[in-house]
Formats: sequence, structure tokens, C-alpha cells
Amino acid sequence: MSAEGEPANSPLLAVSQLTKLFGTFAACDGINLDIRPGEIHALLGENGAGKSTLVKMLFGVLAPTSGEIIWQGQAVRINSPSTARKLGIGMVFQHFSLFEALTVAENIALSMDPGVSLSRIAKEASDLSHAYGLPLDPNAHVADLSVGERQRIEIVRALLQNPKLIILDEPTSVLTPQEADRLFETLNKLKAEGRSVLYISHRLEEVQRICDRATVLRHGKVTGACDPRQETPSSLARMMVGSDVAHVSAEGTSAKGAVKLEARHLSASARTPFAVSLKNICLKVHAGEVLAIAGVAGNGQGELFDALSGEYPVANDDVILIADKPVGTRGITARRLMGAGFVPEERHGHAAVSALSLSDNLVLARSQSDRRAFLGGGVLGLIRQGAVKSATKRISEAMDVRKSGENPPAGSLSGGNLQKFIVGRELDRQPTVLIVNQPTWGVDAGAASRIRQALVDLAKSGSAVLVISQDLDEIFEVATEIAVISEGRLSDIYPASDLSREKIGLLMGGMYGKTQSAETTHAH
Amino acid sequence: MRIELEKRPDVSKLFSLLSPFIALGLTLVFGGIMFMLLGKDPLSALYSFFIEPLTETWSLHELAIKAAPLILIAVGLSVCYRSNNWNIGAEGQFIMGAIAGSILPVVFYEWQSPLVLPLMMLLGMMGGALFAAIPAFLKAHLNTNEILTSLMLVYVAQLFLDWLVRGPWRNPGGMNFPETRTFDATAILPEMIASGRAHWGFGFAILAAILIWFMMRYTLKGFEITVLGQSERAGRFAGFSSRKMIWFSMLLSGALAGLAGIAEVSGAIQQLRPVISPGYGFTAIIVAFLGRLNPLGIVVAGLVLALTYLGGEAVQVSLQISDKPIRVFQGLLLFFVLSCDTLIHYKIRMMWFDLTDTTADGVR
Amino acid sequence: MGIFEAILLTVITAATPLVLAAIGELVTERSGVLNLGVEGMMVMGAACAFIATQQTGSPYIGILAGIASGALFSLLFGFLTLTLVANQVATGLALTILGLGVSGMIGESYVGQSGIKLPQIVFPILSDIPFLGPLLFRQDLIFYLSIALVAGVHWFLFRSRAGLKLRSVGDSHSSAHALGINVIRTRYLAVMFGGACAGLAGAQLSLVYTPQWAENMSAGRGWIALALVVFASWRPWRIVAGGYLFGAVSISQLYAQAFGIGIPSQFLSALPYLATIVVLILISHNRRMTLINTPAALGKAFVPDR
Repeated sequence: MSAEGEPANSPLLAVSQLTKLFGTFAACDGINLDIRPGEIHALLGENGAGKSTLVKMLFGVLAPTSGEIIWQGQAVRINSPSTARKLGIGMVFQHFSLFEALTVAENIALSMDPGVSLSRIAKEASDLSHAYGLPLDPNAHVADLSVGERQRIEIVRALLQNPKLIILDEPTSVLTPQEADRLFETLNKLKAEGRSVLYISHRLEEVQRICDRATVLRHGKVTGACDPRQETPSSLARMMVGSDVAHVSAEGTSAKGAVKLEARHLSASARTPFAVSLKNICLKVHAGEVLAIAGVAGNGQGELFDALSGEYPVANDDVILIADKPVGTRGITARRLMGAGFVPEERHGHAAVSALSLSDNLVLARSQSDRRAFLGGGVLGLIRQGAVKSATKRISEAMDVRKSGENPPAGSLSGGNLQKFIVGRELDRQPTVLIVNQPTWGVDAGAASRIRQALVDLAKSGSAVLVISQDLDEIFEVATEIAVISEGRLSDIYPASDLSREKIGLLMGGMYGKTQSAETTHAH
Repeated sequence: MRIELEKRPDVSKLFSLLSPFIALGLTLVFGGIMFMLLGKDPLSALYSFFIEPLTETWSLHELAIKAAPLILIAVGLSVCYRSNNWNIGAEGQFIMGAIAGSILPVVFYEWQSPLVLPLMMLLGMMGGALFAAIPAFLKAHLNTNEILTSLMLVYVAQLFLDWLVRGPWRNPGGMNFPETRTFDATAILPEMIASGRAHWGFGFAILAAILIWFMMRYTLKGFEITVLGQSERAGRFAGFSSRKMIWFSMLLSGALAGLAGIAEVSGAIQQLRPVISPGYGFTAIIVAFLGRLNPLGIVVAGLVLALTYLGGEAVQVSLQISDKPIRVFQGLLLFFVLSCDTLIHYKIRMMWFDLTDTTADGVR
Repeated sequence: MGIFEAILLTVITAATPLVLAAIGELVTERSGVLNLGVEGMMVMGAACAFIATQQTGSPYIGILAGIASGALFSLLFGFLTLTLVANQVATGLALTILGLGVSGMIGESYVGQSGIKLPQIVFPILSDIPFLGPLLFRQDLIFYLSIALVAGVHWFLFRSRAGLKLRSVGDSHSSAHALGINVIRTRYLAVMFGGACAGLAGAQLSLVYTPQWAENMSAGRGWIALALVVFASWRPWRIVAGGYLFGAVSISQLYAQAFGIGIPSQFLSALPYLATIVVLILISHNRRMTLINTPAALGKAFVPDR
């Protein structure tokens, strides 16, 4: 590989046989990849395929176990992000590496040359952000910014280094469709300037739309390299997943029954300085329905879940009703005893305790609702381990939970398998109302389709299901009705067939007031 | 050299058992070095510190007397620490328990009845629990850090005791010494067995350890404690209240510390003095960790730490050195216990050469 | 010198060790580490400063010994909590227990010896300013250092790039790690700074406040310093305000006793501890304030994946 000579044809970055072992587990196994100057290159793969590990090695956050990285024809060792930045690699993380307590300018300064003054950084950031159509106030505190604005900080921070290669990790997962369009314009602008982009995603449509070439990863190995425009979404999906993923079938959805879950003008003030307050939320979920609530992260989804589940009861009883009974001030246990089940967003430390066994995690959610089966000894409250363990086995079999050993700690399960257990834990008791926040966040495609099918089936059997999700694909797969949450307000509820992605996007972007006055006359 | 940790996929059962013993071994080695620096023969010093007290019946009784408060307090603290409530003011709760329990034999000294002793124990538990209720209330309802408030209250309790025994409770016939009248025979906790001084405080300690062990192992309450300690959010999801848990764990540990206080005063000292504890409340923190927050482990750990008190007294006599090495031993032990616990969750790798050392520009 | 000036002078002397220990702990906590071992580091500093002074005859060498012992002692805490990721609360307690033990042992033969008081450094002209002169410009080195350290820490945290990095580590260690900031090294340095300041605070006790050595002579001041950091909501200059407030409270009990007010001395001695509790209540009552100012990563262990 000769250096200097002919940069036009030689790749900007080439990776050969790159491997990363965690213990004996190969997160990346002999990866080969090359990125040409001025191209948008997609890195496709499922959750857990090794995409993040690969880019962390490219950015110097992780050290490769073996293999080579060749930058502009020269073998390099990238052992810290600052080395990567000096070479000309910029990175936009999926889970932003931002600091809430600091200002935008301070956040940017942390990855800049210490010699540059803060005021100059603020000025440059502001100029650059306007040039690329990503307006930012350098003196704002990150804690006060929306998710989309936070992503802009990451992008501007990367661009200020004048990089030759920008890596973006799942950038659109937190954006509205309109915000995503704006991001694509920026990316095309960068490409026109001759910069390369490594674009990581599992969303096939957008990869086909903006990427010139694609490399597909599965289980840490490259399973395909192609021009995404020459492929179909299903051929790309096969490369990603390795087999066809079962389609969620909503056939035979039963007719609407009685209202099982209702919120009437539900308001709740923010508990912490960084939380969102809920404003006048009205919703009804009938038996046999799946109501999906779409929205960009951080618009009050967690707070809505907290209020509806009773983890944080609200001040008035009659703003939340389960099966027509007011429960607003009642706790989560009382609501469970009325037949409701709950699946929170965060698996570790909320839905489950990682260090405890699966059977203990079953007791976690059902110690009161299944008191008679799981507890004995009267006031002593002895836990009947036998009964709990057999129920754990039943749930694991029903949901095809793959685990090592009979009753391993929850933390040892993969995200998908743990989520199947957590959802199965609720389904096992046939709840009349099920409230799920982000049912398949960070879960592999197989487990995701199984979970979605289970939610649809539960509604078909006559329960009311409320799904809060950021994933529009998921929403269109499971929902019979759709509403959108934005800044703690909920839009009207529309039949799923009446909504397009674009319209949801408008609702997401806080167009709530306008759409309500312009388009909905039938509500209320 | 660099040390790297690698998370074990599962908690190591082997090291869960071994780590307290490794810690003990390391403490002995460092203790030996310390004695050497003090100019004493390390082996004979360690012998008189750790072995000699175990060779005679009377000193075994002394061991039980000193272990009793340590175990009682530490068992209560284990519930606090497992539920993530950092009560470090057990010393104060111990003192207030001793004071509350002493109301009967000091103020109502003329009342002699078989009821006196049980009532004293009860009052002791209430005194300790009420004193622990202060940091509990402040944490549960005003969100005040319990570490600092419970610790500050230790000083308050010590000063309060000092005032009592020099002021209103001073023995009128005691030549102006700062101490209360000695307790009547009906107010003294009897010996457990005839062969020596060890009183029923040790029995209370064993009983408390077994009961709490049972609660942690088999009951929903124990499960609640574990869950809330691991993740408050998961506990809330389960319908458990971390606020109630603050109250439960603090009152429980306060009551046990109070019981330890009155048992010590009634059984061993038999009157109140300005100082009634050689720091049991703080040493019990070490006991709780050495016992890996397991009540049965705490019984063993309590005996080990009691031995350091006895050994400290023994070397004073045999080696003509002060009792100061006791605290050093105890501090070292806690340090090693905490370091060895890392082995349970992580594999430790020593990197003698820094393989990832960088070249300045990152280009080879 | 008027009585008012005399009182203020004693307040300053009582407040200085609190300010010093608290400003060190503030930096430690700003990096996301909660070191509850301030009391232990302080008492080690007091013992080592006194011993070194007695041995060499120079209180300035004593100061250095105090600083060095505090920093070295904190390294022990750093090794356990940062390298071995041990529980920070428990390790802090261990540090305090060990510090009280070791200082008691090494200082045993020095109990009762009369020490050498740190001399005053008098600024010419400035010290002649009426009232303020004797208070502010006729003091010992440690007092000047305490004020300089607060100003320096303020500048460092909010004006320098290294301080920005330290704050970022305390806000989110995983983000800082992803940006290539060395989280563990930053925290080690912050912990050692905290230790050095606590050691210096201890040196003030045994060289200025009461120039002699007595076991447990820190008497809970390390814990009060911890409360001060919360009181100051992690802002350097508020440490000074809080420190002097506490100094005044602890001095007021001495004067109350001297004037023979009919309150038992024990109750007056309990005042600083009770005041600490009251202040903690007042501060923590404003939950929003506390949440905004607390370093978000405080007390959380960091293990990078490799």
C-alpha cells in the first residue's frame, strides 16, 4: 500500500481483519471495511452486531485485540479520541457524550485544543452551526436543550475539528422525520465538500436514500458489502438478520370493547429540574385496542408512564381510571391488583434488578398480585421459592427466553431475552390493561417481532394495550390507534390507518396546537 | 505497572467466602510489620494479641461480652447498608439506648421488681430507635443526608451523657465522681452460664442475628430490603416505598444499638459513666462489612473484632505498649475487607508493561 | 485591640481549618468522588505536622509534612475506590477509622508536649489599616493560603480548561471517557488535592489553633467540612461564608461559657454539631437547588470497558 501517491482511488480509511475480544466473546471478528473519500458509507447491522464496538475502535475509545486500521495509506494505531481527532476523524455518538451541567460552548471546548479561548470557540461554533443549518446558542445549558438540539452540539463539535471522516451512530433514532430530513441535507453538504461519512443505522429506508455503499455486520462479522440502492429492503434485512424476520400479524383484530384505561385532563408537574411536566393529557384505551403514543425521546414519555403506572401517583383520583374506577392517587400495587400490568423502558435497575435471579425478578413485579401463589407463612410473608421458580420456567418457555442455566441473574441475559422475560412476566397473568414504554428499545429483530406479536395478541384477546414508542416502524406494526406526545402534551388520538409518517412528524415537532385547530373538529 | 479490572460474568462464590479470610490474613501480615516497627517481636506480639485471649475461660467470657454489642449493632447496620441507608451514628444510638434504659435504675432506683430488667431493655431499644428516628425523619421527609446527620448526633449524645453523669444523674454518695449510682441487683443483666461474667447481651446478639438472617433469607421484607438497596427505582416499580424503608432500617438498627447500649451498661458496667463505649458503634461498621453484611457472618466477624479489643489489652500488659494499635488493626482490617471484595465481582490483572502506550502522533 | 476584633480573630482561627478541608473536598466532589475520610486525613495531617515541627523545629516543615501526609493518605482512598472500585462511603469511613488510629499511635509520645506556634507574617503598611489590618494582614501563612486556595480553586474550576475537564468528569464520567479525558487520572488528582488540603487543615490545628498534639484533636471538624461542601452547593466562595459562620458558632460557645451564661457547657459544646444539622436541613429542603448543583456522577464508580 503506497502512501502519498494517488489519493483519488485509494480509500480514506481501510480496516483489515479488525478483531475485538471481550474475554472470549468476539464483539468484532475479522472485520474488513474501506471508506472512500467523499462517500456516505452505511454500516448496517442489528443491535449487538458489533457496530458500536467497531466505531469505538475507529475513534480510539476501545483498543482492538488484533487487526489493522489504515488511514490514508498508513497503518495507524488510534489509542485515544484525541489521536482520532488529530487524524481527522470526528464522531457523533448515539448516546451523546454531553454534559448536562455545562454550557454548549463548554461542551465543545472539551474536545478542542486547550489553547483556544472559550469565547472564540463560542463564536466559531455559532458561525459553523449557522453555515450548516444547525442553529445553536453557545451559552445555553445542555440540560435545557431538546434531544435534536443536543445532537447538533455533537455534530458541530465534530465539524469544528474540520474532519475528513465523520462517524454518526444511529443519528436519526432521536429525530422527527422532518429533523432527519434536515440532517440528510447537512450530510449531503459534507459529502459535496469531499468529506466522508460513516453512517450507522438499522433503518433501511434512510440507508437506501442517502448512502453510496453499505457494509453489513452480523454477530461481529461482515456478512455483506453492497450498493444499497441496488438492493431491496428485504434483501438488506436478510443480510442483517440472517433469516427472514416473522412479520407481525394484526389480522383479525377484535372489535372495540369497553374503555379499560382512561386519562382525563391529566397534568403533573416535573419532579426534577430536568424532567418534563405533563399538561392536560386525555386518552382512552378500549379493550381490543393497541394505542401507540409516538414521540421523540424526552417529551414526557417516562413521566406519562410514571403517572399511569402509579409509580408516582398524581394529586387527584379521577384523572386516571382503570376499568372505570378512579385510581389517580393509588400506587402501582393497587393498580396491579385491578388487573393492570406495566413494562417500563429501562430494563436494568427499573424493570429488573440485574444482580438478582430471574425468579427474584418475577417476585419483583408480582409479589402482591400473585400473593396467594407466591407467598406463605401469613404475616411473615415467606417467599415460596418452588412456586416462583416454576412460574419463571413457564414464562421463559412461553416467551422463548434463552439463558444460561435454570435461574441466572437478570444481568447475564442479552437485552432481547431479558425484555422477552419482562414482557412475558406481565403477559403470564393476562392483564386487562398493559402499559409498555419502549417495548423493543435496543432489542434484536427476532425478539422485537416476538414481543410485538405478543402485544397484538394480547389486545386481540380483549385487553387494552398502551404502547409508548419512539420507533415509527414499531408503531405502524402494532397500533390500532395512534397519538403523539410532544413537550408533555398529547395530540388527539387517530386511527392508525389515518396517519402517515409525515403527519406524525408534524405532530412530533410540536405542531400540536395548529393541527388541533386546523384538522380536528371531531375531538372533545 | 497498571491494574485492570475485568468484570466477572457471575459473582464469584469462591471469593465471596474467601475474601474476609484473605483480608484477615493481610491484616495479620501488616500488623506484624507494625509491631516490628514498634520494636517488638512480631510473632509473639501477634500471639498475645490474637491467640492468648482464647486460651482461658475468663477471657472467652470477656470475648463474648465485647462481641455482644458489636454483633447487635452490626446486624442492625447490615439491614441499613443493604437497603442503602448509611447510618453511621450507631455509637450515638448506643449511648441514648443506655441512657433511656438507665432511667429506671438511676431515677426510680427504689423500685425493685422482676419487671425492671425487661422494661429497661425495652426502654433501651426505644431510646436508640428514637434517636435514630431523627436522621430517619430528616432523610425521609426533608431529604437530608443521613451520613452527616447521624454522625453529628454521636457528638450530641456523648455530650448529653457527659452532662447527665456530671449533673442531674450524678451519684449523690459518690464522692463527686462523674458517675451514676450503681444499679440495684434487680437491674443487672444476669450471667448466661455459671463459668464466667458473660451476660445475656451475647444471647440477645445471637438471637438478633438469627432472626435478621431468617428475615433476609426467606421473607418478602428481606427481599424488599435487597431490592431497594440495589435500585430504588426497581423497588418503586415493585411497589416498595424507599421512604418506609428508611424508617424501617433506621429504627431497627437504632433499636438494636440501643439494646446493645443498655445491655452493656446493665450487664458489664452496672452504672453510667462519661464514657461507656470504646467506639463499639464505629467498630460495628467494620464488623458489618467483615461479615459481608450477612447476619451469620457478622457473628463471626463480631468475635474477631472483639478479639482485637482483648488483644489490645493483652499486649498492653505483656509488651508494655499502649492500646493504640487496636484502632490501627481495625482500620487496616476494614481496608483489606473492602479491597478484597473487589475480587468477588472482578478479575484483577496486573499489567507490568503498558502495552497500549502511545506514540505522539498515533502513526507507526 | 478591641474585644470585637479579638473575637473576630478567634473566629478566623476556628474557621480556617474548616475552609481548607472543605475547599479540598469540594474539588474532590466536583470530580465525582465522595471522600468521607476528611476527618481521618485531617487528623493525620495534624499529627504529622506536629511531629515534623517538633523534630525539626520548623513549623514550615511541619506544614509540608501535614500536606504530604494528607495527600499520601488520600492516595490509599483513591487506590481502593478508583482502581479497585470499592464502595466510596465505606472506604471513606475506613480512612477515618485508620487515620484516627494511626495518628493516635504515632503521636502518642508527643501528647502534652508544648509545640511551636506558626509565626505571623505581617504585611507592612496594610497591617496598619485600622480594624482590618490586624485581622487580615497580621496572620499566619496558613490563613493566607486558605484564602488563596479558595480564589485559586474558583479560578481553576470556572476559568481554566483543566477545571472544565474536572467538572465534566464529575458530571458524566462515561461521556468524559468517550471524549478521551482520562477519568481515573483526573479523579486521582482531585482526591489527592482534597487530601492535601485536609492535611493542611490538620496542620493548622496542631500549629495554630492549639499548638500541641492531642488524640482525636480534629473533633469532628472533618465531618463539618463535608457538610460545608453541601452547604456551599459546590461553589468555592460560599465555602468561605459557611466556614466563617461555623467558626463563629463554635467560638460563641467558648464566649458563652466564659461569660457564665447559665447553660451547661456540654449543651454549648454541642452547638456546632447541631448547627451543622440545621444547616443541612435548610439546604436540602430546597431539593431543586441541590439537584441542579450536585455533581451528577458524585459517588458513582467508573470502570471503563477495554
